[in-house]
Amino acid sequence: MSHTTTADHDDHHGHHPTGIARWLFSTNHKEIGTLYLVFSLIMFFVGGAMALVIRAELFAPGLQLVNPEFFNQMTTMHALVMIFGAVMPAFVGLANWMVPLMIGAPDMALPRMNNWSFWIMPFAFTLLLATLFMPSGAPASGWTLYPPLSLQGGNSLAFVIFAIHLMGISSIMGAINIIATILNMRAPGMTLLRMPLFVWTWLITAFLLIAVMPVLAGAVTMLLTDRFFGTSFFNAAGGGDPVLYQHIFWFFGHPEVYIMILPAFGIVSEIIPTFSRKRLFGYTSMVYATAAIAFLSFIVWAHHMFTVGMPLGAMLFFMYATMIIAVPTGIKIFNWVATMWRGSMSFETPMLFALGFVVLFTIGGLSGIMLAIVPANFQYHDSYFVVAHFHYVLVTGAIYSIMAAVYYWLPKWTGYMYNEKLGKIHFWWSTVWVNVLFFPQHYLGLAGMPRRIPDYAVQFTEFNMISSVGGFMFGFGQLLFVYIIWQCARGGEKATAQVWEGARGLEWTVPSPAPLHTFDTPPLVDDSVAVHKDSLT
Amino acid sequence: MGNNDNRSGTTLKTAGSLTLMALAMFGFGYLLVPLYDKFCEITGIGGRTGDAVVEEQLTSEVDTSRLVTVHFDSNVNSALPWDFEPTERMMEVHPGKLYETMYIAHNRSSQPIVAQAVPSVAPGRASLFFNKTECFCFTEQLLEPGESRDMPVRFVVDPNLPARTDLVTLSYIIYKNDAATAVLAAVDG
Repeated sequence: MSHTTTADHDDHHGHHPTGIARWLFSTNHKEIGTLYLVFSLIMFFVGGAMALVIRAELFAPGLQLVNPEFFNQMTTMHALVMIFGAVMPAFVGLANWMVPLMIGAPDMALPRMNNWSFWIMPFAFTLLLATLFMPSGAPASGWTLYPPLSLQGGNSLAFVIFAIHLMGISSIMGAINIIATILNMRAPGMTLLRMPLFVWTWLITAFLLIAVMPVLAGAVTMLLTDRFFGTSFFNAAGGGDPVLYQHIFWFFGHPEVYIMILPAFGIVSEIIPTFSRKRLFGYTSMVYATAAIAFLSFIVWAHHMFTVGMPLGAMLFFMYATMIIAVPTGIKIFNWVATMWRGSMSFETPMLFALGFVVLFTIGGLSGIMLAIVPANFQYHDSYFVVAHFHYVLVTGAIYSIMAAVYYWLPKWTGYMYNEKLGKIHFWWSTVWVNVLFFPQHYLGLAGMPRRIPDYAVQFTEFNMISSVGGFMFGFGQLLFVYIIWQCARGGEKATAQVWEGARGLEWTVPSPAPLHTFDTPPLVDDSVAVHKDSLT
Repeated sequence: MGNNDNRSGTTLKTAGSLTLMALAMFGFGYLLVPLYDKFCEITGIGGRTGDAVVEEQLTSEVDTSRLVTVHFDSNVNSALPWDFEPTERMMEVHPGKLYETMYIAHNRSSQPIVAQAVPSVAPGRASLFFNKTECFCFTEQLLEPGESRDMPVRFVVDPNLPARTDLVTLSYIIYKNDAATAVLAAVDG
């Protein structure tokens, strides 16, 4: 091995179990990162299969394939699996792999806890998915679990609540670990304002997680005691208030949507400079914009519930506060475009996904501003317009950034280049069909089609058919993604340490594949090594 | 080595304070419940009416120059096999004066059932000025099979009701009290 630090075998990592034990007991940030990413990929297909059940049923009006009860279970489970099983673990996996490499740390700050936070996840999802096989079926009240509806279902609710508790504990432990790593383990010279933006966005995301996952745990615990132990937090007959649940839920829920997008901003801010062969434009403003978005996420929750009946003053406050988020987000998009301006750009697959992200996420952001307008929201609320909006920000936003990140760092993980031709086909295939899938849903929503229904009026038929075709093509196209990863893991053209011509940062100074132990001797960081630099720092 | 010990000490301190933060936020979730109640009570948002007002302590002058229309509304939760209707749909009242009206409830089922009515006042800004001295909603109501009952509400509209408000709606939803009904069935059985 050319990498000198690997020769340094201390007692604490001299012993390597093999086989399944290697993965069960691993405390190595790279192995745990891989576990998270593989788990997330599996959940992406589980949740995707549920989405295809939904799209198959909606291909034509009338009830064809599934009964309405099961349809509602699918919409609920699809959301829970995708949010807590696919998107969040993928970001945690990327953080595990890349944060120590990017700040020059030998591992995460709390490796044993890192092992626990991953291995809780399979148990959580066993509980969640087991509800599908229970007599009362899976939860069918939507992922938001609004009472009173969620309290009127079967006893499987308890399994869902305990699954959410476990996911919450896992996320909080992961977040504590990431913050402790970033604050305490940076290499000498890696000042906060020399950190890569992916590290910055994850630091802020981790604080959001610690602030709001416990609130969700509290909200679902109240549901649990209302359902099984006779309390009346949300039971109007007992003096409670179902609207209170919505307030508590969205106090968690809105920061949660930024938990799923801030790391995406970080990824894109790493990739665009690399393939533009320029430093990131406006690095410091990116950091402050991220912090501003995180702060604002705490004071806009009620825009999810404008129709519950709110005083005019409250509606105006939440409307304007929501619209203000467009300012820091706009700063980011401006900076990405300015980074590309007069750059020497090339269009490898990670860059394509990052550019797809910038364009399509912006569409999702703009429909979000439309939804923020109270009088318009009364019309759009709970319609397919909302479905189109959050799928643009989550699929072509969060998921696209994750795919960009996988293509970007895959050579570093496996030591081989992936098949660039197939990667480009994957991007164009996905981008064409994801728009066929979600763009018509805007029109469906504006025309009045409500979300979460298995049947619809005949005038919605054509757009639903188009959307379903897009769904199946997009969904099956993702098998290509798995094939590309599998092929790249098995071999191919050897990757260099730097991998990409324009890549900057510590992760590109270690060999490819990154050896199990890196930076046992911390590197020295100065402005020449730092990824980002602008005149403000 | 000393450096390493230092670092793991700082790490544990960071992890410890973050864990405390997570626990505090779990508590904050629960704290939102009383905060929300207090907020609704102070602002009248959510149309909540206050607790019972003692009749003898009503001191306000009757404002005979002003007439406010009070609408009465009723809703029955689908789990409760009762009829529940106001006897009067509408009343013209003077602020400061005590009035009484009746709601009629009828148990259509063959079981004794305990129910609980929950009031709400619209618009929200009026709810702080709508005082009830007596209401069937203050207590649980038991109706035997087939029984009907007139249930009184005595109320007074506070003369401080904002001048732009001349219409107030008092609405009730009546729910089955499952716990109390189950106790009743057990005693009978």
